[in-house]
Amino acid sequence: MKFAKTIFAGAIFALQAAAAPAGEAVPPDQVKFEDFAVAESLTGVPGDPQAGAEVFRDRGLGNCLACHANSAMEEELFHGTVGPSLDGVGSRWEPAQLRAIVADAKKVFGEETVMPGFYSLNVGANVAKDRVGQTILTAQQVEDVVAYLATLKE
Amino acid sequence: MRRGAWEGLPVRGKFAAIGAGVLVASALAFSAVQAEPVDETLSIDGVEMTTRAKAQEGLPFDEVLSGWLFREAETRQLEADSFENPGMLYVERGEEIWNTVEGPAGQSCASCHGDAAESMAGIAAHYPKWDADSQRPINIELRIDKCRVEHMGLEPYKFDSDDQKALTTYIKHQSLGEPVNLDLAEGDMQSWWERGKERYYLRTGQLNFACASCHEANSGLYIRADHLSQGQANGFPTYRLKQADMVSLHNRLRGCIRDTRAETPAAFSDELMALEVYLTWRGTGLSVETPAVRQ
Repeated sequence: MKFAKTIFAGAIFALQAAAAPAGEAVPPDQVKFEDFAVAESLTGVPGDPQAGAEVFRDRGLGNCLACHANSAMEEELFHGTVGPSLDGVGSRWEPAQLRAIVADAKKVFGEETVMPGFYSLNVGANVAKDRVGQTILTAQQVEDVVAYLATLKE
Repeated sequence: MRRGAWEGLPVRGKFAAIGAGVLVASALAFSAVQAEPVDETLSIDGVEMTTRAKAQEGLPFDEVLSGWLFREAETRQLEADSFENPGMLYVERGEEIWNTVEGPAGQSCASCHGDAAESMAGIAAHYPKWDADSQRPINIELRIDKCRVEHMGLEPYKFDSDDQKALTTYIKHQSLGEPVNLDLAEGDMQSWWERGKERYYLRTGQLNFACASCHEANSGLYIRADHLSQGQANGFPTYRLKQADMVSLHNRLRGCIRDTRAETPAAFSDELMALEVYLTWRGTGLSVETPAVRQ
């Protein structure tokens, strides 16, 4: 039974990772943070801003509106205020900086930030069994979100 | 946890200074969009509730605030009017249970404890209490179970059964308005408090959130439409509009922990009992509001 579960979890992970070409995504523990930025794409595949907008909006994926306001998504009600508004965020940060913040905000803002690391395995205690070893987003989803954020100009 | 380094972040030109600046930024950072809890008083059936109390030593707030102050006007009004408060149906059901003989011993709660309005007045404001028999703190639910097993010849209630919620709500309601005040000098309460405090600040799950991440560091801000309160325990069991039902404290704790994408501890487990002791202590001085009404 345990074995079957492991295979099942593995299959889910494989499905999620399938968004990036097999073998090319940088594993979460090997993402290179330098000067609060991640210069290299996590997948080598350019991010798709439209797909990124959906990841941003989706409550089960980025769920970014839980904490951030975004005037470009006015049709969504009740934007959160825990984090800063993302209006103009693409003018304030370079894509390499946005990539670092989305992948693991703690590497940029410090351990105390409440923002989850969306492509990090440095997570909390007692992770739900069906999430162990998984990141919140896939590498390609991070690239897509970064591409979307880059469109939010002043 | 201090307020996150999120607010007032340096812009691009100051980027390199962020690492070193995190502590400074934290100390200075206050959000412009923080919505204040309302400045209103809550009075239920002519009894004025204490919804603001001086915070206990060591808490990062000057005042502890009832969750009532963070809710919308309609929700606040529902709690203020006990004819409108849907939680009062549970109080009524609880009173029936109190007076109903159940089990082989032929006893009701009332057989031993008489009129709850007298015998239970103010009692629940001092729970969880140390239980010498089981050598751990017990809450009202576990105290009821103790009576059921030891005196009534019954099984403990199934967690979150309607009757458990109703009787707990009824007993806590007899302390309406009474300020929460625990005796941490009893038995080993202090070490359970310590353990609960550790648990409060422990980040869990894939999302890596502690209780403090939302209810201490970001209390007053919004997660979508949800105005983050201080996460006080004084209104439980509470009528939660989102679930259209009475919700026990351990149900809510499990829900919050699950939402961090962590494994959820069992109700009344050592982990959650310790957390209940600590959380309840954080709300010292606030009135018992059971049944509170929340979002």
